Amino acid sequence: MTREELPNLAESKLTALVVDDNFVNQSIHQKLLSRLGIQNDVVCNGKEAVDAHCSGRNYDLILMDMDMPIMNGTQATKRLREMGIESKIAGVTTRANEGEKKEFMEAGLNDFQEKPLTISKLLSILHKLDFYVQT
Amino acid sequence: MQRQVALIKQSLFDQGYLDEQFMELEELQDDANPNFVEEVSALYFKDSARLINNIDQALERGSFDFNRLDSYMHQFKGSSTSIGASKVKAECTKFREYCRAGNAEGCLRTFQQLKKEHSTLRKKLEHYFQLARQAGPKETARRPK
Repeated sequence: MTREELPNLAESKLTALVVDDNFVNQSIHQKLLSRLGIQNDVVCNGKEAVDAHCSGRNYDLILMDMDMPIMNGTQATKRLREMGIESKIAGVTTRANEGEKKEFMEAGLNDFQEKPLTISKLLSILHKLDFYVQT
Repeated sequence: MQRQVALIKQSLFDQGYLDEQFMELEELQDDANPNFVEEVSALYFKDSARLINNIDQALERGSFDFNRLDSYMHQFKGSSTSIGASKVKAECTKFREYCRAGNAEGCLRTFQQLKKEHSTLRKKLEHYFQLARQAGPKETARRPK
């Protein structure tokens, strides 16, 4: 998909939260979201994601890394669902182990993509979660 | 000069230093962030230098905590994958295999090679970005053949 063909979702006023302890990935994931016109915030681990929601913030989409210090993605996803957070949560991780992926999904994910995240993978997430209709 | 920049980039792919992910990052560049890839690369080298230092210190201590080393290397591999640093990523994978096997000598050997690949990539990318800045903006990012 060329730069000119990328959808601009700014009008839909979607919001997203990037949850990742790696600064390189934070930067890339935020850029991917911004390129599609999606406003976004970033936190460094699962606990910060939970705290953000406890303070009243809410997002349409959460991009959740799995391996993080303090509180990992699986724990954070479970906690957010227990809190009644209905945001769409997409797990994004380099881990391909089927058991860990299954545990992550069962924690309450709506979708899962392997890193590295690309525009195509992000659009796939948005399409699957009904944020974007491919034409 | 654009041609020289393109040839240098092509060689980085041909020699296996970079993979497709680097091109994905270049396609994210726009007028708002014309130097996005250079900025992310700088972030990568700063973060990976920290990880190399942590691993160096852990190895120098002599007692091999393979779980801790594997954890550092998981982060390193993650960053390397995200910017398309193909050879560095391969060495990270090897190192993790040696960690799982509890092979200290293998870890030490692989780590030396990893540092070498990391340093080489850093110099090549610095050169590439310097020339790219001199050449000026290009209209579109082109995928290498």
